Amino acid sequence: MFGLPLVQIILFGFALTSEVKNAHIFISDNAQDVQTTQIIQKIKSSSYFSVEEAVIGNKKIESILRRGNTRCVLIFPPNFGNDLLHTGKAQVQIIADGSDPNTAKTIINYLTSIISEYQHQVYSTASLPFQIIPETRMLYNEEGNGSLNYIPGVMALILMIVCTALTSVSIVKEKELGTMEVLLVSPFKPVMVLISKAVPYLLLSLVNFTFILLLSVFVLDVEIKGNLSLLFFESTLFIITCLSFGLLISNTTNSQQTALLLSMMGMMLPTIIFTGFLFPLENMPLIFRLISNLVPAKWYFTIIKCVMLKGLGFQYVWKETLVLIGMTIFLLTVSLKNFKIRLQ
Amino acid sequence: MEEKAIICKDLTKQFGGFYAVNNISFEVNRGEIFGFLGANGAGKTTAMRILCGLSFPTSGEATVAGFNVYNQQESIKKNIGYMSQKFSLYENLSIMENIEFFGGVYGLSRPEIKERSNKLVEDLGLKKEAKKMVGGLPLGWKQKLAFSVAIFHRPKIVFLDEPTGGVDPVTRRQFWDMIYDAAASGITIFVTTHYMDEAEYCNRVSIMVDGRLEALDTPGNLKKRFSSDSMDEVFYNLARRALRKDD
Repeated sequence: MFGLPLVQIILFGFALTSEVKNAHIFISDNAQDVQTTQIIQKIKSSSYFSVEEAVIGNKKIESILRRGNTRCVLIFPPNFGNDLLHTGKAQVQIIADGSDPNTAKTIINYLTSIISEYQHQVYSTASLPFQIIPETRMLYNEEGNGSLNYIPGVMALILMIVCTALTSVSIVKEKELGTMEVLLVSPFKPVMVLISKAVPYLLLSLVNFTFILLLSVFVLDVEIKGNLSLLFFESTLFIITCLSFGLLISNTTNSQQTALLLSMMGMMLPTIIFTGFLFPLENMPLIFRLISNLVPAKWYFTIIKCVMLKGLGFQYVWKETLVLIGMTIFLLTVSLKNFKIRLQ
Repeated sequence: MEEKAIICKDLTKQFGGFYAVNNISFEVNRGEIFGFLGANGAGKTTAMRILCGLSFPTSGEATVAGFNVYNQQESIKKNIGYMSQKFSLYENLSIMENIEFFGGVYGLSRPEIKERSNKLVEDLGLKKEAKKMVGGLPLGWKQKLAFSVAIFHRPKIVFLDEPTGGVDPVTRRQFWDMIYDAAASGITIFVTTHYMDEAEYCNRVSIMVDGRLEALDTPGNLKKRFSSDSMDEVFYNLARRALRKDD
């Protein structure tokens, strides 16, 4: 009774910040002159970013953003310093990963404010009026649609909560009513009991998922950029993962109330936080980031972002898919084993 | 050669240092109505679970319908019926749906199920209510229905775990009529109960106290042995010595 609220308060306390810390950005300095070095130094010394530097061609920019580790790419054109000193104007390009618009906007703001601080600080005494113009682009989300990354996040959350809760409650209900005993005494195999509980909810959740997709496309104006069948495949996999989790929860209790409480309240907040769709994962202490790897929703969220919002193919998400498959197999094995042990 | 329905020899179930079932031995004949009595906590339910193939004994032997409880649990399950204290029917399904479900679980074919279920609802007088939900039935009817469903697949033995809890004496009497009919058709009845008047209806009765079998005989003989007028008294004399309280 005390554990749950306490854990949730701690979680919230650490995670609840929409500030950006330790965001991974990539800087391509094509000019390599005094000015760019100074700006880059300033960016590095701020605590907001972890910076990776290299000179890269334009084609590689997108592939860096695709992988999802880098939130933003900052590009200095070749004659940055010269342009600044001689014409009073120079440009710098900022390309951000728009699939998480709020974080992207925050990063862009930080960068532009650092740059403009540099501008005022170093050249306040210059004779020419002086401007560094950042050209920003939100890749994958040119319109800056703010709710974009919420949708995959909400999808993951809803599927997780609904599947887990419904499955676990339904099994525990049989235990409570006493019909479970009768099933077990009959030739009905224990594994079939679990399967027959999970399958209807699998189908139901797929229908649910379809509804959410339709709503997103037609009401929220989200474009599904990727392969639809890949999307469905991954979602089916995730649903099965959640169902397995529900089976596991059902083994731990004989009361429907506890099952419901665990599935909904217990899972809701950790899922919201550790998925990283509301509060960026980079902000959280290392231990949280490690824990988030245990949450299936986090992997699914990444997959959905890549497939639905960025239009990427299977070769970009195979790692996450493998993780989900592994988790499912593990959960199913443990649930079945536990289920059998309880019979003895 | 008449095969015994249930044979138990030195059956023991231990949980750590606790002997839930302590070296019990008994036999049940085919077609017998066998009362398995004992106070709460005496070990009846544990013993029944072993016989139903739900749990492994720690030591000792037992065969049910000729199959042993260690490695033939699946065969046991196919040949027994079971009715639990909670009546075990799905309240939000109709009578027919419940019958069809359990018929299917026990491997009956569709035509068989159809034929038997029609006869069943007629015999019980529930033909008109056949499509109604079980949840709406009065307790006595649910109980009769649960029993009928338990023997629907004509098992060799049916295990009844306190089947008449909470029901009025008239309905209980009617229920026992059904039990007699089933026994007459060759089904062995293994029943646990707290109602001592029901103990009188059994062919033989055993009484468990603190995990051990303290008495096994016909009700008549037990009454003579303990110089009692009723099974109630016999039970009281034996069970009050028990040290364990609740299951």
